[in-house]
Amino acid sequence: MMRNRWRRFLSRAIVVLCLAAVLMALVPLALVLFYVVKQGVTSLNWAFFTHMPAPVGEPGGGMGNAIVGSLIVTGLAACAAIPVGLIAGIYAAEYRGTRLASAVRFAADTLNGVPSIVVGLFAYTVAVLPFHRFSALAAGFALAVMMLPLVVRTTEELLLLVPNTLREGALALGATRSRAVFTVVVPAALPGIITGILLALARVSGETAPLLFTAFNNGFFSTDPRQPIATLTVQVYTYAIAPYEDWHRQAWAGALVLVTMVLTCSVLARVATARMEKMQRGS
Amino acid sequence: MKKSRSDDLFFRVGTGVFAILVIAIVIAIGWQLAWQSRLSIREFGWQFWRTETWDPVAGQFGARPFIWGTLYSSLLALIISTPVALGIAIYISELAPGSLQRPLVFLTELLAAIPSIVYGLWGVFVLVPYVRSLESATPDWLKSVPLFSGPPLGIGMLAAALILSIMVIPFTSSIAREVLRAVPQAQREGAYALGATRWEAIRMALFYARTGIVGAVMLGFGRALGETMAVTMVIGNTPQVSLSLFAPQYTMAAVIANEFTEAGDDLHLHALIEIGLVLFVMTLVINVISRAFIWSLGRQGKSRRVKPAMTVQPEGA
Repeated sequence: MMRNRWRRFLSRAIVVLCLAAVLMALVPLALVLFYVVKQGVTSLNWAFFTHMPAPVGEPGGGMGNAIVGSLIVTGLAACAAIPVGLIAGIYAAEYRGTRLASAVRFAADTLNGVPSIVVGLFAYTVAVLPFHRFSALAAGFALAVMMLPLVVRTTEELLLLVPNTLREGALALGATRSRAVFTVVVPAALPGIITGILLALARVSGETAPLLFTAFNNGFFSTDPRQPIATLTVQVYTYAIAPYEDWHRQAWAGALVLVTMVLTCSVLARVATARMEKMQRGS
Repeated sequence: MKKSRSDDLFFRVGTGVFAILVIAIVIAIGWQLAWQSRLSIREFGWQFWRTETWDPVAGQFGARPFIWGTLYSSLLALIISTPVALGIAIYISELAPGSLQRPLVFLTELLAAIPSIVYGLWGVFVLVPYVRSLESATPDWLKSVPLFSGPPLGIGMLAAALILSIMVIPFTSSIAREVLRAVPQAQREGAYALGATRWEAIRMALFYARTGIVGAVMLGFGRALGETMAVTMVIGNTPQVSLSLFAPQYTMAAVIANEFTEAGDDLHLHALIEIGLVLFVMTLVINVISRAFIWSLGRQGKSRRVKPAMTVQPEGA
């Protein structure tokens, strides 16, 4: 009897502990979001988006150039990573079971685990060192390398979810393999793939480490991809470790912009997947 | 007929080129890092990892404090995050009511979506002052223990480990959740049928999924090793080998982030890239091993599905 009571008590205690673990993870999440919003909202204004950084000691100024820079760098990364990742993902899904397909999957998983700072070093040796110049292009390359495995894996996984009967139907009608893939299979998975790409974009646009010695920084407005460029994340870092009160304020504002962007992307993706699942269940 | 076959071949080769490109990038990373660190590798050899002097001016580079800081902070983060991450995984996959599962998954994944730099900013201005007051409140008798020695700076190993553990939790817990989902339902039903309590049934599932769980924890470790910005901002950036949680230390990723753009001569650059190379190899090895663990569980699940459930000891019934 005692033993049974102990077992039941232990079981209940573990359930409570698991719930406590969930709360322990949610508390930091809430705290981070709370502070970012609280500190960010008071320092966020229109000038933040439109003005250039002010010189040291002068109050005011904004991160207009850094926001544009982040968009440019992320855009460059997307231009490189999306086509390559999409096609490599198609190969991995279409020829699954072949040795090359498993190698791609393995490579993508490995690449996903490579620390972002190491990707930055790699981009430095490939795209900065030979040209003796930091550039937005090098930063775009670094982020593309970070984004590539995410695109490959999402594409592959979502293509595998498409019912085989669709593919077989197209092939039975005499379509070639490429035709079947590009006109039937990929369109069926496209909403999911786009969601995945959106999440990948959100993820890499918050990266700082790979930009430190590829994009470097730039105090001025620049859209030239061959020149160093300011980015939101690097700017937040620079401001956060500087000893000026006014810069800390701006760093919080930058963090709020970053978090808002990431949150929006996550919620959008969440809604999109929920809708897709509903559609699949309905059909 | 002929046309369609050549078309298929073209498709296969065309997409295959891009597939090979992905593999080539991984190889290129290793190759480039090894080549661009040749000066340092040739100059110092194994001494690089055994000596402690890091003096760019004198051209002396010893990376022991950095590798220590990286391993120690990641290990501490692992100790803090593993129970929490497993608790979350168990709660979401085994205990939570259906309507609560998706929001919880979403929230924990949000934890992974917040950029590292935001964690760093929060760490510097919110967590560090809190850690400092915690450290000042340490009773004196505890301070004689090497683990808690040193002045209460706030910035240091403890803050870094705490922030790392927050960042690692979502990775470990999401993999552990997937792994637990791969455990056949019959395992749990069998346990319940034999009179197991909830925890005993969960323990069965955990035991069944043990290799995958180990893989999930290792994957989290790999993440912690390479984490850069947040750690750089709170660890104090002082190269020293110390057991103390209060001591400011340094990590491999942090020294690269801090010194790379300021490195004047080639030897310094090559030394930093060598650190990157070792970081790359470490995460690579850990990733491969943990994937192998998780993957082996997937296969085991398939082959065992037909076999009867493991025997449960009907304790004390």
